Amino acid sequence: MAAAVTIEKLSKSFGATRALDGLDLEVETGEVHGFLGPNASGKSTTIRILLGLLRADAGSARLLGGDPWRDVARLHRRLAYVPGDVTLWPNLTGGEVIDLLGRLRGGLDAKRRASLLERFELDPTKKARAYSKGNRQKVALVAALASDVELLLLDEPTSGLDPLMEAMFRECIGEERGDGRTVLLSSHILAEVEALCDRVSIIREGRTVETGSLAELRHLRRTSISADLAGAPDDLATTPGVHDLRVNGTRVRCEVDTGSLNNVLLKLTSIGVNSLTSQPPTLEDLFLRHYEDEPVHPAETRAVRP
Amino acid sequence: MSSLVGTASLVRLALRRDRVILPICIAIFVALVTSSTSATIALYPTVASRVQAAASLNNTASLVAFYGRIYDPTSLGAVAMLKMGGIGTALVAVLALLTVIRHTRAEEESGRLELLGAAVVGRHAPLTAALLVAVGASLVLGGFTALGLFAVGLPVAGSIAFGLAWAGVGTAFAALAAVAAQLTRSARAATGIAGAALGLSYLLRAIGDSSSGQRLQWLSWLSPIGWGQQVRPFAGERWWVMTLLFGVAVALAAGAYALAARRDLGAGLLPDRAGPATAARGLRTPLALAWRLQRGALLGWLAAFVVLGAVFGGIASNVGAILDSPQARDFITALGGKASLSDAYLAAELGFVGVFASVYGVQAAMRLRSEETALRVEPLLATALGRIRWAWSHLAIALAGTATLLLAAGLSAGLAYAAQTGDIGQVGRVLGGALVQLPAAWVLTGVVVAAFGLAPKWIAIGWVALVAFVLLGEFGPLFKLNHMVMAISPFDHVPKLPGGALTVAPLLWLSGVAAVLIVIGLSGFRRRDVG
Repeated sequence: MAAAVTIEKLSKSFGATRALDGLDLEVETGEVHGFLGPNASGKSTTIRILLGLLRADAGSARLLGGDPWRDVARLHRRLAYVPGDVTLWPNLTGGEVIDLLGRLRGGLDAKRRASLLERFELDPTKKARAYSKGNRQKVALVAALASDVELLLLDEPTSGLDPLMEAMFRECIGEERGDGRTVLLSSHILAEVEALCDRVSIIREGRTVETGSLAELRHLRRTSISADLAGAPDDLATTPGVHDLRVNGTRVRCEVDTGSLNNVLLKLTSIGVNSLTSQPPTLEDLFLRHYEDEPVHPAETRAVRP
Repeated sequence: MSSLVGTASLVRLALRRDRVILPICIAIFVALVTSSTSATIALYPTVASRVQAAASLNNTASLVAFYGRIYDPTSLGAVAMLKMGGIGTALVAVLALLTVIRHTRAEEESGRLELLGAAVVGRHAPLTAALLVAVGASLVLGGFTALGLFAVGLPVAGSIAFGLAWAGVGTAFAALAAVAAQLTRSARAATGIAGAALGLSYLLRAIGDSSSGQRLQWLSWLSPIGWGQQVRPFAGERWWVMTLLFGVAVALAAGAYALAARRDLGAGLLPDRAGPATAARGLRTPLALAWRLQRGALLGWLAAFVVLGAVFGGIASNVGAILDSPQARDFITALGGKASLSDAYLAAELGFVGVFASVYGVQAAMRLRSEETALRVEPLLATALGRIRWAWSHLAIALAGTATLLLAAGLSAGLAYAAQTGDIGQVGRVLGGALVQLPAAWVLTGVVVAAFGLAPKWIAIGWVALVAFVLLGEFGPLFKLNHMVMAISPFDHVPKLPGGALTVAPLLWLSGVAAVLIVIGLSGFRRRDVG
């Protein structure tokens, strides 16, 4: 099946600030794709280019088989968007905003709308100025989720939601996936991405530094092992693939390259294992690994909002 | 007092934010008063020439309505400061009220005040800081104005009185804006309330000053702008009138503090009511949304224009009676039309109505940019709605709203005039005089749209152009500017109706200019980044 989003070598500058610097991204149809990066790494800029709000300086972006800059109306009927920073018209009620956005997109499922309002516990009769940040976010979420579209572009959609509502959001995205919709979920909440996403792209300073399924990404990384052994380990430190080794009597903690895991385990069992815990790398480890390193261009800062 | 903790920091913050705009505004005001004086000296070098000019002006109801009276025809200062004492005073009030609302309700609405409120800032500190800055700016403005007038050779007492009158009016409207800022949740509405109060104040003194006989003169005494003029700088200064200005300022400020103490941060005095859970059937197009967002403001403007038209039309039939000197008749005949004094009067007033209508057009079209910077456009443009169709929604309100306002003012002026003269045929003539203003007003809307498309950060150029055009029209003749320069203003090309000749060509090409500006702006917007 064709990819829902294909981005190649996308660049965008705002004055002297380089927001995107050759970004690549591919979102397969039907998948929930996590779009990870710290603040100001270019996530919102990418989504705005996909929405045709910004024009890329260089590179190509394809969305649902069309050009996001040219085929605006045709493409937008097939997608829904939740901005990270939801501002509403202060004197319209939440219900009015949901209906308006739905109608402008070309229709809204009234049943879904009602059930989403109930699930998110949102009062649609309140004027938008009276909503808290989380409630404004819910208005945008209900408007997007209640429409019958193929693609959801969600830019940090849960910022401002309480944990209960965030759980509800995860449930909804699960249903969307079940219905065959494609979701691009920009976030820096790693637990959320880990729970929801089939594949992940990690970006940094406007460039993609890692992309693949969580399993693939984990494969590239180390598993942490802690074990209580029958005797003192002697030559672990020199075994290839072992890192960050800490030995305390018979207790051992270390990080092991995935490729060397078998070798290391053989070594441990030859000494004799009393107890063993092994932890696959979390997304947080993957993420932090990319960001704790020296920055690519230390002198440059990357503000993203134009 | 603990409720004032942090005021000094907030004053510094406000001054930091206004460090460019306030000095520039003050400099422009001082430059205008001093250059007006110099130009008047050149124009009327002798006492006799001044007396003659003053007699003409005082006998022309439309000019008295707009600027006020010259209370001592022999006084150079009184003649020179006529326009600055009228329109200039109103502009000082605008500066003061915008400054207060910018630092109170606008900050509160944006949520920034909450950020500050969580710091060590007392409950009344923001209001106090805003008042201090606005009143301080008014006093500095008044001080420099007095110095400037004295420097170009006017008497010291009159210079001080004029500067004090400006400072007093600025202070009074700063306090009035402080009250308005407590009433509503939106800065836009607060500005509307304060602006309406200023408009009413100007209208009261216009009726009072220009009414024939003594009947309605007391109306001028209901108006802070009127008090500023009744200080009578350079014409036997009446210092006690200043106590009215500062007294009302103190009373209004006390009222603002009382209101502020009774409400929560972010809240207005009127509680929010629940609204509909679903959108009405009609709310499905961008135009319906734009109408929903702008209709309140348009209805307010509409009411003001109907009143304005009725006042102008009502006064017009008396104009002939109060003009007794032949020079005055020559003067007003030369000023505008040819047929009759009433026609010339109406043509002059309808010219002002045209300027006011373009003010509406500019602020309505600016909604394009404010919706964009508030990030409210993004979710709309992420739907199947195209950019140009969205832009047309607010643009249509601006263009049609301007037309509606001129139509309303023209009709109400025409009906009032027809009722006075008993000639129903006058309705169409007066209405025509209002409607010919439309293309020029649309040019201003076009300027805003062009800036929005090509240089959105410089959208304020719409206001700059409007002020520049008005100044060209007001002060161009005084400074004997080349007519080529004055012709830059679209208002310069509007036929003076009723009475003058209806020339269609300028109406067509002004509409053409407006259309070209709009097309340029929209094609620029189609190409540029949003946000």
